[in-house]
Amino acid sequence: MALDFALSEDQEAIADAFGSFFNNECAVDVVRDAEPLGHSRELWRKLCEIEAPGMAASEAEGGGAASLSAQVVVAEGLGAAIAPVPLLEHWAAVGLPGVAGLLVDDQIATVALHPAHEDSWRLVPGGAVADLVVGIDGDELVAVSSPPPMVAPANHAGAPLANRSVREGDRVVLGPAAMLDGALDRWRTLTASALVGIADRSLQIGVAYVLEREQFGRLVGSFQSIQHGLADLPALVDGARFLTHKAAWAHDAGLVDGAGVIDMDDGNITEFAPLAAMAFVQAGDAAAESTDRCLHYHGGYGFSLEYDIQLYFRRSRGWANILADPGRERLRLAGLLWGAPTEGVG
Amino acid sequence: MEFELPAEHEVLRAEIRALIDQYVDDEAIDETHRSGTNHCAPLAVALGKAGILAKAMPGAGKDPLAMWLLSSEAEKTGAPFDSVGMSLVIAGVLDAVGTEHQKQTAQAGLLSGEELVCFGLTEPQGGSDLPAITTRASYDETTEEWVISGAKMWTTMAHVADWVFLLARSESESGRHGGFTVFILPMDTPGITIDPIWTVSTERSNATFYDEVRVGAEAVVGEVNEGWNVMSLMLGFERGMASTGYLTPLLRRFHQWAVESGEIDDPRHRERMAQVAIDAQVSELLTQRTVWTAATGRAPGTEGSMAKVFASEAYQRHARWAQAAVGPEGLLGLGAEGAAADGWIDYDVRHSIPMTLQGGTTEINRNNIAERHLGLPRSR
Repeated sequence: MALDFALSEDQEAIADAFGSFFNNECAVDVVRDAEPLGHSRELWRKLCEIEAPGMAASEAEGGGAASLSAQVVVAEGLGAAIAPVPLLEHWAAVGLPGVAGLLVDDQIATVALHPAHEDSWRLVPGGAVADLVVGIDGDELVAVSSPPPMVAPANHAGAPLANRSVREGDRVVLGPAAMLDGALDRWRTLTASALVGIADRSLQIGVAYVLEREQFGRLVGSFQSIQHGLADLPALVDGARFLTHKAAWAHDAGLVDGAGVIDMDDGNITEFAPLAAMAFVQAGDAAAESTDRCLHYHGGYGFSLEYDIQLYFRRSRGWANILADPGRERLRLAGLLWGAPTEGVG
Repeated sequence: MEFELPAEHEVLRAEIRALIDQYVDDEAIDETHRSGTNHCAPLAVALGKAGILAKAMPGAGKDPLAMWLLSSEAEKTGAPFDSVGMSLVIAGVLDAVGTEHQKQTAQAGLLSGEELVCFGLTEPQGGSDLPAITTRASYDETTEEWVISGAKMWTTMAHVADWVFLLARSESESGRHGGFTVFILPMDTPGITIDPIWTVSTERSNATFYDEVRVGAEAVVGEVNEGWNVMSLMLGFERGMASTGYLTPLLRRFHQWAVESGEIDDPRHRERMAQVAIDAQVSELLTQRTVWTAATGRAPGTEGSMAKVFASEAYQRHARWAQAAVGPEGLLGLGAEGAAADGWIDYDVRHSIPMTLQGGTTEINRNNIAERHLGLPRSR
């Protein structure tokens, strides 16, 4: 038992390995070249070469059985590089028993974040490129294999979104619909970590810019108004990062399905599900705020496609809002913390 | 990363909570609001007797987690703790740079919980610009005494304190951070007078005046003219003690009102309550990171600033929301009939005001983060 804000040795090793991978293989031109689809087949192939997609599957299913604490470290690196691959969706899917075995070769799986409506899962993240979609159909959790459309509707993040049919393709029932809850909480945690990566890298980009750009004969970064706007960001980034790691820690410690603590009188929360929701909301806020301010401090250039900050700005919104209005996520969190409302919505 | 307290600290937490439960009742809390003095003598003495104050003192080689637990439990439960927090800061300073005499007198008194200290730092013309103070300490070679004259603001606890930790200019021409000397002296030393400052939050602070106050060399803390080093230590400890746990009681009180008034199902309230819960977690995690940094033997600098700015700004923002969300009953104060959450919502708004000022303003802390964490040029 310990309170420890440093990465563990295992986490450090993973951070180093994947940090190098994304640095070497996912320079920003890879991100730009992948637009508008938002997917790089080449980068996915390289991830397959190092057996990254299977990390989240169980050993029994031929996977690496990586802990969620390990996965979030990779996710932060992915977010910092805004890597155009649906690795986190894939991990959320193959973490469910029975999914990894449905894939062959370098195939991609993803999760539909909302139940099917009129035989279609709407705006599935990674849906434009995934060979297999896991999602809710009525009261069942099903996996449907079908050829991906390989085209996405124009969207804010340049993300490979697509509507996917529940009926067309090979359909396998995985179990009751509630089985997806844990996978969605893992997706929330992983996406939170990616958003932390976005927030942190954007802050670095913003600080570097104000340390080179001059106005009125001075560095822009020497003005107190700009310094104070930037100075609020590290706490948002670190707060989101710690919440994300705490959620992963709770998951790995088995503090799920009521085994953890939710004591609001004492402000003590160790249960995975509310921590995952908190991490997701906080990381979304941190990424939106960091990209917002850092784009603004670029002046007009931040608005131009030429500068990288806009790539981060758009993904900070796109990766978070694909789940739902954050207000809805807060309402769901309130239910987890204080119980469902006695009547009405919320 | 791991997020579990070590077993011995869980034991300590239970011990602290038991003493709070034993000594802090409604009457003790009411008394702090009547008197304006955030102090509960029986609790302070019990913490001293149990050795918890000595354990919680800040400093190198000490146990920062114990210090955090003590302040965190006090914040969560609303136990009067401001007085003891100040004692711990100065006990830590004396432990690091005090003389044997100072350890046996002032430090021993503070750690017993029997004696209290006030901080004589800020002056009427300024607080953030501390090096601009004008209180003078001149050495009288004939009597071998220091003669101190000046005025200090925000000497909270002065009216009940046994000691004052006093910063003075001892040389006028020694640059911005040179020529200061820090003293610790008994409050009953002739020449000290106290005027109350009444504040918005029921808290009483004080202005104190020093009219040719004479003390011997035994009152000097650290080296003569090297007082800025002592101040750096002291301000670091004070930042480490910064209050960051007030969102939990705010949320508890708002929830109490929401249940009692039947408004708990209102999705507008629920959405915001969830956000307050998130900010409470973030505040705690940022604070725990500061504590952990100190526990690993490094001096937390910008970590403490981040926790303090985030938590104090969030407390103000959410207290303002809570009062507005409650409506007219949120305007009624402690003891008023029909007041929301027995008047605590109104109190939280008031109580949150100085949190972004004391122990380094938000702006000073932002400067600190900008310069020392982000590497931006000095802006003032």
